[in-house]
Amino acid sequence: MIAIIDYGVGNLFSLESSFRAIGQEVRVTDNTDEIRKADKIILPGVGAFEDAVKKLKNTGLDLVLKEEAAKGKPVMGICLGMQMLFERSFEYGCHEGLGLIKGDIIPFEGEIASSLKIPHIGWNALEIKEDLPIFRHIKNGDHVYFVHSYFAQVTEETIAKCEYGTVFTAAVGKDNIYGCQFHPEKSGQVGLGILKGFCELGG
Amino acid sequence: MITKRIIPCLDVKNGRVVKGTNFKNLNDVSSPVELARYYSECGADELVFYDITASYEGRQLFTDILKEVASQIFIPLTVGGGINTVEDFDRVLKCGADKVSVNSGAIKNPDLISQAARLYGNQCVVLSADIKRVDGQFRIFAKGGREDTGIEAIGWIKKCVEMGAGEVVVNSIDTDGVKKGFDIEMLKAVRAAVNVPVIASGGAGSAEDFVTLFKEIPDMDAGLAASIFHFSEVLIPDLKRLMKENDINVR
Repeated sequence: MIAIIDYGVGNLFSLESSFRAIGQEVRVTDNTDEIRKADKIILPGVGAFEDAVKKLKNTGLDLVLKEEAAKGKPVMGICLGMQMLFERSFEYGCHEGLGLIKGDIIPFEGEIASSLKIPHIGWNALEIKEDLPIFRHIKNGDHVYFVHSYFAQVTEETIAKCEYGTVFTAAVGKDNIYGCQFHPEKSGQVGLGILKGFCELGG
Repeated sequence: MITKRIIPCLDVKNGRVVKGTNFKNLNDVSSPVELARYYSECGADELVFYDITASYEGRQLFTDILKEVASQIFIPLTVGGGINTVEDFDRVLKCGADKVSVNSGAIKNPDLISQAARLYGNQCVVLSADIKRVDGQFRIFAKGGREDTGIEAIGWIKKCVEMGAGEVVVNSIDTDGVKKGFDIEMLKAVRAAVNVPVIASGGAGSAEDFVTLFKEIPDMDAGLAASIFHFSEVLIPDLKRLMKENDINVR
């Protein structure tokens, strides 16, 4: 069973539906026991970084997530959920993230040509690292759907890159911790393929 | 870089997809869920659902249908029609919509745009503008193209973007249903006025019309159409192939 952590931000209907569509049992939950029992955990997120981290920490589920991740359970952050896995974000100030992935989240503004619109919204191509189980159902150059104004720079933990005025991290992976900047639940068959790849991971 | 988007629009009335010429003489085309699945599978980049009668009769969107679509279709969904309050935003977003398009609701109460943008972010708020030439001026029409508001279109669109509209759909009533191509002149005027994505709507009759659109206005973001897709006059895979052959970046 996949647990999607419900900490009161955003709408999880599509995300939940997308797991059902690939035949995966899924629960949207804020229940600690359920999250501990799950095979894998999804950390969703939309909106502002500071607000989302605060809400997650208020529920105490950040600690559950970290403990389960430390046991080797596969975890995937999506969009703002991916950003929250990092150490810090510079969205309206400087805010601490969960620190499961090394690096910072920084704004596109100032990093890319001013003729490019912010947020980066739309379908863009992935440059994926080869031979990763999570990407077994997709291929290099496949398009996924992005909506974001902040990004993670490319590091050694980057497993997929994308280009929008600058090259940035589209997906990260470190041991059992994964994150997607894009929305797999809005990226058609490619997105479902990535979720399927994640569901099939051991751990 | 970001691809140009091809967006089929599904006008929904009484749970069915309809499309008329110049918004009149509506014909029943098909089931929203079936059409949505078909489009998603053949490469549509996004879908727009309008409840075309909602603002006229004050009817609420058929959220059950939306929910059914959103539980099966995994590409971005925009919903419009009868969106008058932030509660309407909330209602359709909970059913799986990603963006909400406002038209008559914003004309009645422009604050709706800023309120919704604050709550859900600019990317969630789409301004849909039905525009027709009247006395040499681009004029905003309301109520599904039935009512001349007297509002000058370019100024109105600029104001809405300043208030937080993150995207603009420009529907030319002058070219809608005529199938002789997009309203390049009108679209150029809007494109030059704002720095958010602009979606062209109204007038596409062939795949070549999309190529013309993106060649004539290279920074146009998306092309939207209904009947030519619903009646398979243009197949999206063929359209994408033609665009690619013309060096237009597509998915």
